[in-house]
Amino acid sequence: MLLRKLHFSKLVIHLTFIAMSLACILPLLLVVSISFTDERSLMLDGYRFWPKEFSTAAYQYVFSGAGSILNAYAVTISVTVVGTLLHLLITSMLSYSLTRPEVTHRKALTFFVYLPVLFNGGLVPQYILLTRILHLKDTIWVLIIVYLVSTVNILIMKNFFRTIPDSLIESARIDGSGEIRTFFRIALPLSKPSLATIGLFVAIAYWNDWMTASLYIESQNLRPLQYLLQSLMNNIGYLQSNAQASQSMEAAIGMLPSEGARMATCVLAIGPIILLYPLLQKYFEKGLTIGAVKE
Amino acid sequence: MKTITNAIPNRTGKPRRTLRSMRRQTPFYLMMAPGLIFVAILFYIPMVGVIIAFKDYNARDGILGSPWMDPLFKNFEFFFKSDAARSVTFNTLFYNVIQAVAVTLCALALAILLNEVKHKFVSATYKGSILLPTFLSWIVIQFILFSLLSVDRGIVNSMISENGGETIYWYSEPSYWRYILPIAYIWKNVGYYSVLYVAAIAGINTDYYEAAQLDGASKWQRIKHITLPLLQPTIIVLSLLWVGKLFNGGLGDWNGFYTLPNDAGALYSATDVIDTLVFRSLKKVNDYGMASAIGLYQAVVGFFLVLISNYIIKKKDPDSALF
Repeated sequence: MLLRKLHFSKLVIHLTFIAMSLACILPLLLVVSISFTDERSLMLDGYRFWPKEFSTAAYQYVFSGAGSILNAYAVTISVTVVGTLLHLLITSMLSYSLTRPEVTHRKALTFFVYLPVLFNGGLVPQYILLTRILHLKDTIWVLIIVYLVSTVNILIMKNFFRTIPDSLIESARIDGSGEIRTFFRIALPLSKPSLATIGLFVAIAYWNDWMTASLYIESQNLRPLQYLLQSLMNNIGYLQSNAQASQSMEAAIGMLPSEGARMATCVLAIGPIILLYPLLQKYFEKGLTIGAVKE
Repeated sequence: MKTITNAIPNRTGKPRRTLRSMRRQTPFYLMMAPGLIFVAILFYIPMVGVIIAFKDYNARDGILGSPWMDPLFKNFEFFFKSDAARSVTFNTLFYNVIQAVAVTLCALALAILLNEVKHKFVSATYKGSILLPTFLSWIVIQFILFSLLSVDRGIVNSMISENGGETIYWYSEPSYWRYILPIAYIWKNVGYYSVLYVAAIAGINTDYYEAAQLDGASKWQRIKHITLPLLQPTIIVLSLLWVGKLFNGGLGDWNGFYTLPNDAGALYSATDVIDTLVFRSLKKVNDYGMASAIGLYQAVVGFFLVLISNYIIKKKDPDSALF
C-alpha cells in the first residue's frame, strides 16, 4: 500500500532531501569521528567517517589540559547569558517606548535609531572607541558590548509591540499601574515568543563570535571557546600553508595539541547547540510566523 | 510616584509640551535611555570616527587631535593605487552576487519541494537537518572543511588517492576557492532561507490552490501561477536586502572569507574581500590610516547600495521599504 503511494515525483523529493540532509550532517559526523579516533590511527589511515580505532584519549587530554577548555566554556557561557538578557531588556524597553503615542519625539528618535543602517563607521573607529575611549580592551565587557543593540531587532520588536491592543495598556493605566510596571507586567509577558526568537539569534551570535575576542582579548583566561578554536586552527594553518614542508615538520607537531584534541575541542564547542537544537528549531520556526517574514 | 495624571488619556491625540505631558513621558524616557545611549555610543561615535581616514592617526593625540593627512586623501591614494583595491572590490561583488542568486534559487526550490512533504514528522526532520549549518560558527565550519580538504589526511584526498588520483593541494591553489567559498555559503545559508520561504508559502491563502485545482491546474501550474507570483515580494525584499548588506559587512557574514582559507596568503587573490582586508590591516599590520580609508570606501558604497535597494523595494512593494 505504502509503495503505491510513493509516486515517482515523491520519490525524487524524498531522495533530494535525504541527500541534502546527509550533506548537512555527515561533515559534522566526520569531525565527531575524528575526535574519537586513536591518534596513531589518524596518522596511518587519515580521517574517516567511522573511527577505525576508537579512543577517548582526545577528550581526556582536552579536559586535563590546564583547564583552558573549562575556562573558555565559563567565558562563553557568561558572555552569552549576560549579553542575551541585557540585549533583550534594552531592546524591548526601547522598542516598546518608541511605539507609545505619549512619547512626543518618537518619530525623531526612531529615525535616530534607524540611521546607522544606512551608514556605519566601520571596524577601525569602533576599535579606537573600544580601546582608547572606553578602555575595554582585554575585559569581558568588550565581548558583551559589541552585540548589545541591533537596529534590526529593535525594528522587529517595534513591529510586535504595535500589535498589542491599546485598550490593554489603557486598562492597566486605569487600574493605577505605572508605565514601567505596565511594561513589565503586561507588554513583556505578551512578547515572550518574539523575545524567544530574537534571544535565540542573539545568543547564537554571542556563542559563535570569535572576531571580537581576536581583536580585543589578550589574556589567556578571557578566551571564549571560538577564539580558543581559532588559535588551535592557526597552528594548523601555519603548517598547511607550507604544505610541502609540513611532512618534515610532522616531528615538531609534538608541541601542538594532537589532531584529535583539536577536533574534540570543536565538538565541545558545538555540543550545547546540538543539545538545545530541538528547542532552537522550534523557536526559530515560531519566530518566522511572528513577523520576521514581513520585514 | 504614581500620579493620577498617568490615568488621564490624552484627548487631542497630540500631546502638548506641558508639564503634565512631560511628566507622563518620563518613565518612557527612562526605559529608552539605555538603548539610546548604546546606539549613540556604538553607532554614532564611530560615524564621527571615520575622519581618521583623513588623518595621520597616532594614539597620543587621539582621533580629533591627530594632524590631518597631507595631502588629505593620502590614505586612499595608497589603497587605490595597490592591486588589492581592484581585486577585493571585484571579489566582494562577485561572491555576494553569486551567493545571493544561488542561495535564493536553491532555497526557493527546496521550499517548494518541502511544501509537498505532507508528513509532519518527516518534514520537520528534513528542516532540522538542513537548518543545522545555520547555527554553526565559521570557525567550526573551518574545522569541518579542513577535515574534508586537508592535504595529508582529508577525506576528499583519501578518496582521490584510493581511486588512483593525484593529491590536490586545496589550500595552495586560489582557483578552487572560487567554487569552495560559494558552496560553503550555500551550505550554511540555504536551510535558513528555505525554512523562511516555507513559512511564506504557508501564509498563502489555500483558497487559491483549491480554486486552481477545481479548474484542473496541474501541480506545476499551481506553483508557477500561484506560489511564485505570491512569493515575489518576499523574494525581492530578501535578495535586495542582501545586495544592500553587500558592502556593509553582510551582518558579520564575511567571517567565512577569513576563516575558511585559513587566512592563507597564497589564496588572497581569490578569497580576499573588503572586510577581510580591513580586518587584516587592523589586526596584523596595525595600519589605522589605510584600514579606515578602506572601511570608509566600503561604507560610502554601502550607503548608496542601501539607498538604491530601498528605492527599488519602494517601487515594487512600498510596505517593505525600510524608510
